[in-house]
Amino acid sequence: MAKRIAIECSHAISLAAKLANVDVVAAYPITPQTHIVEKLSEYVADGELDAEYINVESEHSAMSACIGASAVGARVFTATAGQGLALMHEMLFIAAGNRLPIVMAVANRSLSPNLNIWGDQSDMMASKDCGWIQIYAENAQEVFDFTLQAFKIAEDERVMLPVAINFDGFYVTHVIEPIIALDQEEVKKFLPPRKIPSYALHPDHPTTWGPIGLPDVQTELKRQLEEALRNSKTVIKEVWKEFGDMFGRYYDFFEPYRLEDAEIAILMMGGHCGTARIAVDRLREKGEKVGLIKLRLFRPFPDEELIKLTKNLKVLAIVDKAFSPGGLGGPVFTEVKALFYNQKIKPEIVGFIAGLGGRDIRVDEFMVAVERAKKALMGEKIDKGFMFLQVRE
Amino acid sequence: MEKFKLNPKPTWKELPIASMIPQPATSRFYKTGDWRSFRPVVDKEKCTRCGLCWVYCPDGAIRIVEDGSYDVDLDYCKGCGICAEECPVKAISMVEEVEE
Repeated sequence: MAKRIAIECSHAISLAAKLANVDVVAAYPITPQTHIVEKLSEYVADGELDAEYINVESEHSAMSACIGASAVGARVFTATAGQGLALMHEMLFIAAGNRLPIVMAVANRSLSPNLNIWGDQSDMMASKDCGWIQIYAENAQEVFDFTLQAFKIAEDERVMLPVAINFDGFYVTHVIEPIIALDQEEVKKFLPPRKIPSYALHPDHPTTWGPIGLPDVQTELKRQLEEALRNSKTVIKEVWKEFGDMFGRYYDFFEPYRLEDAEIAILMMGGHCGTARIAVDRLREKGEKVGLIKLRLFRPFPDEELIKLTKNLKVLAIVDKAFSPGGLGGPVFTEVKALFYNQKIKPEIVGFIAGLGGRDIRVDEFMVAVERAKKALMGEKIDKGFMFLQVRE
Repeated sequence: MEKFKLNPKPTWKELPIASMIPQPATSRFYKTGDWRSFRPVVDKEKCTRCGLCWVYCPDGAIRIVEDGSYDVDLDYCKGCGICAEECPVKAISMVEEVEE
């Protein structure tokens, strides 16, 4: 039976991986991800989880081991953060390009320099084009549920792609929260063992993966990957619906908050949505028509769904916890601007860079962002459309 | 030998998942000889049958002929010229491939 428990968010993800009955875990510890893999190695050492725990010498090797294990048909889990994800970068593309279902928890951490172990989303965003399904979670319950769902999504024959579950380093990873945990029987019903594809690596029927691809095949290969990502939206919807029907917790690509009559909305991903909700409440008390859109799915990007959701909005204030130096703003901001460029009706889109390297985004700072975004409506535009919200000038 | 079943110019929909090759040992069907711009030609009079060309060929494209001499498997020889360089009696010359 499902049970309400208090659990550290990192341990919620370890518990979900254990309940998913993973076959292989290959991981290298790195702050703020360490607690996830510590707990998993404990489960294996104590005989609570019958899995191969591979101690590797680097994250590059961790992902390489996951790739091999997934190719033979194992259910595979790993976790990393920040510099670890950067070191994995090369292998991330190989996992996706070879269409290997792997579930990875990313405890989002800032990239060096300076040596900063705290949370922002610059690690995953530096690898956003790796071909993985990328989901962002806000709290322990989402992390727990998303991890279980991720295996089902990744291993679906129509998808066959790796999935990254992102959640903020420290702000979410190290927080103890109440969750409704599922038991083994419930998880078994939702998530049966992985179906091994007929083409999985096996000595009896040899296949070749990732051979040389001359210019006459690369375009077709990449086009196929694009299709797989696009189509995965349908499967994600199906799996989230099935999970909701079984356990009562329904998820969507977005979680709107007080959006019904809103004219302005904050749009962002991850743990700071909790603070943004309080800012929305305070502004609502003042009579401002403000709402929040929490974005859960970054890849594949829910394009037509976002257009539909925002059709009555006048201003979208997008808060990014990552940016591209010398570029056109944060990754969510530029994505949304590109999405709306060809739309006849579109909101003013204003970008804010905030929460870098673990700097908290306070309620009053969200309120400042909304006030500033509102001015864009009166023609008071920000140079290049985006600004650093918290920088000392 | 099993026949090569893959479509050499598949559309993205025909391409096997991840462009995986579902059949083993298909490199045998992949004739790399057409990369060659120079072809080694063995002078059987000069050849002492020492076999160094066979030893040095990085592609295994030198074959031992029944009379004990050596010739070149032009299906796979990429024309690198290592055999001509290594031959101690200079019995191998590299002749430019000319389209006819």
